[in-house]
Amino acid sequence: MAELTTTAQKKQLHKAFCKDVMSMPEGSKIKQCQQCGACSGSCPTGYLMDRGPREVIAAFRAGMIDEILKGNTIWLCTSCYSCTVRCPADIRITDLMYELKRLAIKYDLYPRDAKAPALTRYFIDSVQKHGRNHETEMLSKFMMTKDWGLGPKFGVMGMKLFAAGRMPLTATDIKGKDEIRKLAEYIDRKEVAVP
Amino acid sequence: MAESKNGEPRIGVFICDCGTNIAGKVDVPAVVEFAGSLPHVAVAQEYKYMCSDPGQELIQKAIKEEKLDRIVVAACSPTMHEPTFRKAVQAAGLNQFLFQMANIREHDSWVTEDPVEATEKAKRIIDAAVYRVVYQQPLEAIEVPVNSDVLVVGGGIAGIEASLKLADAGHKVHLVERDPSIGGHMAQFDKTFPTLDCSACILTPKMSAAGKHPNIELHTYSEVVEVDGYVGNFKVKVNKKARYVDMDKCTGCGLCTEQCVVAKVPNEFNEGLDKRRAAYIPFPQAVPLRATIDPEKCLQLTRGKCKQTCVEACGPGAIDFEQKDEQTDLEVGAIIIATGFDLFEGERIERYGYGRLTDVISSLEFERISNASGPTGGEILCKSGEKPRSVAILHCVGSRDENYNEYCSRVCCMYSLKFAHLIKEHLPETEVYQCYIDMRCFGKGYEEFYKRLMNEGVVFVRGRAAEVTAASAKQADEEGRLVVTVEDTLLGVVRHIPVDMVVLSAALEAQPDAKQVAQLFGFGCSSAGFYIERHPKLEPVSTVTDGIFIAGCCQGPKDIPDTVAQAGAAAAGALALVDNRTVKIEPTISYIDPEKCSGCHICVGLCPHNAIVYNAELDAAEVIQAACKGCGVCVAACGSSVPVQYGFTDDQIFAEIEGALAEVSAPERS
Amino acid sequence: MKYSYFPGCSAEATGKTYDMSARALCKKLGVELAEIDDWNCCGATSYFSARELLSFAISARNLALAEKMGPEDVVCTCNSCWTVLAKTNKYMAESTELAADVNDALAQIGKSYGGGLKVRHIAEVLVNDIGNEAIAEKATRRLTGIKVAPYYGCQFTRPMGGDWDDYEFPKILDGMFEALGATVVPYVMRAKCCGGTQMLTSPEGALKMVHDLLQCAVDDQADVIVCACPLCEMSLEGYQPRVNATFGTSFNIPVLYFTQLVGYALGCDPKDLGLDKQIVSPDKVLASVPA
Repeated sequence: MAELTTTAQKKQLHKAFCKDVMSMPEGSKIKQCQQCGACSGSCPTGYLMDRGPREVIAAFRAGMIDEILKGNTIWLCTSCYSCTVRCPADIRITDLMYELKRLAIKYDLYPRDAKAPALTRYFIDSVQKHGRNHETEMLSKFMMTKDWGLGPKFGVMGMKLFAAGRMPLTATDIKGKDEIRKLAEYIDRKEVAVP
Repeated sequence: MAESKNGEPRIGVFICDCGTNIAGKVDVPAVVEFAGSLPHVAVAQEYKYMCSDPGQELIQKAIKEEKLDRIVVAACSPTMHEPTFRKAVQAAGLNQFLFQMANIREHDSWVTEDPVEATEKAKRIIDAAVYRVVYQQPLEAIEVPVNSDVLVVGGGIAGIEASLKLADAGHKVHLVERDPSIGGHMAQFDKTFPTLDCSACILTPKMSAAGKHPNIELHTYSEVVEVDGYVGNFKVKVNKKARYVDMDKCTGCGLCTEQCVVAKVPNEFNEGLDKRRAAYIPFPQAVPLRATIDPEKCLQLTRGKCKQTCVEACGPGAIDFEQKDEQTDLEVGAIIIATGFDLFEGERIERYGYGRLTDVISSLEFERISNASGPTGGEILCKSGEKPRSVAILHCVGSRDENYNEYCSRVCCMYSLKFAHLIKEHLPETEVYQCYIDMRCFGKGYEEFYKRLMNEGVVFVRGRAAEVTAASAKQADEEGRLVVTVEDTLLGVVRHIPVDMVVLSAALEAQPDAKQVAQLFGFGCSSAGFYIERHPKLEPVSTVTDGIFIAGCCQGPKDIPDTVAQAGAAAAGALALVDNRTVKIEPTISYIDPEKCSGCHICVGLCPHNAIVYNAELDAAEVIQAACKGCGVCVAACGSSVPVQYGFTDDQIFAEIEGALAEVSAPERS
Repeated sequence: MKYSYFPGCSAEATGKTYDMSARALCKKLGVELAEIDDWNCCGATSYFSARELLSFAISARNLALAEKMGPEDVVCTCNSCWTVLAKTNKYMAESTELAADVNDALAQIGKSYGGGLKVRHIAEVLVNDIGNEAIAEKATRRLTGIKVAPYYGCQFTRPMGGDWDDYEFPKILDGMFEALGATVVPYVMRAKCCGGTQMLTSPEGALKMVHDLLQCAVDDQADVIVCACPLCEMSLEGYQPRVNATFGTSFNIPVLYFTQLVGYALGCDPKDLGLDKQIVSPDKVLASVPA
C-alpha cells in the first residue's frame, strides 16, 4: 500500500477526486450536502466504518480525502444504495464510493488488511480471461491469497454446492473474450494519454 | 406627433450613473456626448442617482427652463423606476407618457463584460429610445370607479385579521370560508411559541369579533366559483354549500350532533384521532356556531332513509333536507386571498412508519393530543392509553429534501421545541429527543426559547433520522416500542434510540388546489406550489393582478406573527385601493376603430383577459378599457391591423428599431 | 412475448437454479427468453470499483449485442446484473459524453449501442406484462397456507426500479404469491442489504446482516424466504450454517428463488426448477403445498 506523505500529493489526490466526481452525472450535487447524516444513519455497515458516508463528504470539503482512504470505509460499502435514495440533497453517494474505490485501486491507497481490493482484482482477472466471471476460480484465488480459513468455513456448504453443480470447476469462455481484452487495452491507452 | 412651439420636438436625455452600477462599466460622459449629438436632443445630462430627489428635480428643472417636451431617462429597468420618473415628469407639467425609459443597467452594464462594448450598447439603446420618443403621444390614465367592498377568501387567522382591519376602517367585508367554521389551523393548535399562549385563547376573541362585526359578512361552508372583472370592479360568484340546517333557526345547541345515528366519521378537526357524527359542529368555539350535516355520510342524504333523530332532537326545527346550494353574486373592489397551508402527509416517507407503526404521529395530531379540548382531554398518551416513557421529535420531514420539498418550512424547529416543552410539562419524567439538522430560531424570543428547552433537559441529537422501526419484544418492554435510527453527526456515531412515540415535524405545503385557485383569480404559483407575490422583497402581499392580494401561509410557510403582519399589509394594500372613489388604469391599452373593424371576432376569442366584446350594433369588436392589460395579442392577431395599442403604435416601434440600427445604416452621423 | 435474456455469470454457478427455474417458468407461461448471444459479464460491483469507463463499456457490449438481436426488452434475473445494465443504459442516455466514450470504445470491437433498448427485471416483467391473475390461472398447486417472506434485496428497486416499485418496501411480487394462495408476511426487512460479497471480504458485517434478515423472517413465522438475486440467495441460504455457528442460532429456513416457488405452483418439474440443488432443504415446505 502506498502512503501519501506530502501536501502536494494529497492535493493531487483531492484534485483527481474532484475532477472525476464533477464529471459523473449529477456529481456536482456533492456541493449541496447538508451534513444531515441520513446516509450514515441508513448505512447497514456504517457502524463498522472508521468514517461513515457523511464524513466522506465532510472530508472532501476539508480537502482530506486521503483520511478516508486510510480507513476501511469504502471497502465496507455494499452498494445497497440506501444512502442514495434517502439523501435530501440528491447526491449519488454510492457512485462517490465507487469513485473512491477506483482512486484507491489506481493509486494503491488502501489499508493493508483490506481484502476487497484483492477480490475485485480476481473478479476482473477472471472476466478478462473468460469474458465471464468464473466464481470458483475467483474464490480459489481469493482463498489462497487472502483467507486460508475460507475453505474450512465453506465446509459442508461448499461440498453441497459442488455436488449440486453450483460450483463448476471449469469455465466457459465466450467467443468474444478477446473483445473484452481489446476493450480494456484500448481504454487503458486512452486513459493514460489523458492525465 | 405632438410638437412643441416651433414645430420640432425638444428631447431631454438624462443618463444615470446609478452609483457604480452603470458608471462602473459604461463610459457615461461619452454616452452623454453622444446623446447630445442625436437629432432633436436639446439637453443631455448625467447624474449619480437619477431616481433620487435631486435627480428628479434636475429633470423637472430642465423641462421648465429648456422647454423640453420629450424626456428619455437612461437608467435601470422600467419595472424599477418607470413610475418614479413618470410622476416626476407629470409633476413638472409634461404629460407622463411623453417619457421613455432606456434600460442601460439590466440590459447593458449588468450583463456586458467588456466596457467598450457596454458603452457602445448604451449608445444604441439610447438611440432607439430617442427615435421612439418623438412619436409618443400624450395619454391620460383612465379613471374607473372603485367598489368599496372587499372580498377575503379564507377564514384562518390571516383572513380574520385582514377582515377585521378592513371592517374597522369602515369597509364591508365578505369573508368566504370553505369549512363550516372560521378559525383555520390556528384553532387546532395547543399553545403557541415562544410565549406559550393558548392558541384558542388568542384566536377565539378575534373569531368572535369577526362573527359579530357589523361590517363583516361571513360566508362559511362556501367557495368562490367564478371571478370576473378587474381592479376596483370584481364580480365574484360564491357557492354556499347546503348545510341542510337553517342558519337562522339553528341555535348551535348541539343536540342533533348527539343524536345523529351515524357515529363513526373521522373527525377532521382532531386529525382523524377520534370520530364525529354526520351531523356535527366542528369544535365548540365554532363561528358561526351552527350544525352542519355531512352529505357524504348522512343516511338520509345518501340513502334517502333514516330515523332522523336529528330532526326529532331539534327544538327550533332547523334541519332541512331539501336545502340546496346557494349562489351569491358579490361585487367588490379588492380581493385578499388567505387560503393557508396543508400539512405534508407523513406516509409519503415510508421509512418513518407513519400509518404503519403505532404511535408515529404528525405535528397536527400532536397538537390535538396535547390540547385540553382534544381527543385525549389534553393528556399526552400513546394509542394504548399508556404514557410514553420517551418521545422522539424528528425535524425536516418533507422539508429541505429534494425528494419532497426543497424549501425549509420555517416554523418546524420552533414548533418542535414547543412540543418538547409541552411533553416535559405534561410528563416531567418522559425523555424527549430532538433529531434536528439545524436549529432555526430566528424570531423575537425564539433563540431564548431554544435556550429554555436546553435547560429543560431535552436531548438534542444533531442528525436527520434515517428510519423508525418496531423494537424487539424485549426492548419494547424495557425501553421503547419504536426505535429511531439516527446518526449523531456531532459525535459521528449511529444511534438506535428506543422511544414510545415519534412525532414527525412535517412540512407546510401549499393547499392541493392552490394552482386552480390561483388561476381562478388570475395569478400564479411558484415551483414550490405557493402563490407568487409581485416582488419577493418589496411587494410580498401583492400579486401581478392589480387589486388582488395574498396573505399568510398561502404565500409561503410562516409563523403567526408574520401571518398577522402580512394580513395587515394586505388590508392596507386593499385600503389604498378601496378608500378611494376611483382608481387609475394604465392607458397603454388597445383601441379598435369600429370603422375599420370587419367584425370577424378573431380578437374576441384570443384576448386572455376577456377584455374584447363584440358590439353587434357597430358590427365591430370593442375593447373594455378597464379590463385591457395592453398585452398586444389583438394587435398581432388582427389580419387587417386594426387595433392600435396606445404607447406601442407601429410608428413608435419602427422608430425604435430604426434608432437601434441607426449606427449601422448611417455610421457617419453628425 | 419475447425478451432478450441476460442470465449473468452466477447463472452458470451459484445461481444456477435461478436460471433453471426462470427458464422453466417462462416456458410454462409461453414467454420466450432469447439468450443474448455471447453475452459477457455485466461487471457487477467489482468493475465499477476499479474502472469507470471500462465498466460501462463491457456492460454496454451486452446492450449492443441485444440491440443487434432485436428491439425486445432486455431481461435480467440477478438484481446486480439488472442494476448494472439498467444503470449503464440510463447514464448513457443522461450523458452524451459518456455515450460517445463508450461507443468509441465499442467501435474498437466493431460494436455500438444506440440506446434504444429497455432493461427490465424479470419480476417486473412477469407482474406487469403477464399479470398475476394470468399466472395464477395456470397454477396446478395452490400455495394455500404457505407463509412466504418476500426478500427483494437492496438492488431490486434501488436505485433503478423507483418507477415501478417502492425503494424501501417493494411489494410487486407480493401480489403474485397472494394470487397463488400464499400468505405474504410483512417482512419489513424485505429490501435491506444481505452484504453480498462482503461475506468474503468483511464477514463480520455481512453475517450480522444475514442474521437479522433470517431472524425477521422467523419472527414473522415465515415458512420460506423467496428472493430475486443469486448473491442474496447464497447469503441467506448458503451461509445459514455459518450464521448459526457465529450467533448460536438454529435457523433452518428454506430459501428459494421466487421463480422456483412460482414454477412449483405452476406444475413445473421440480428437477427443472433445481429444487434438488438446495443447501437448506425445502422438502418440508414443498410437502405442505396441497397437491
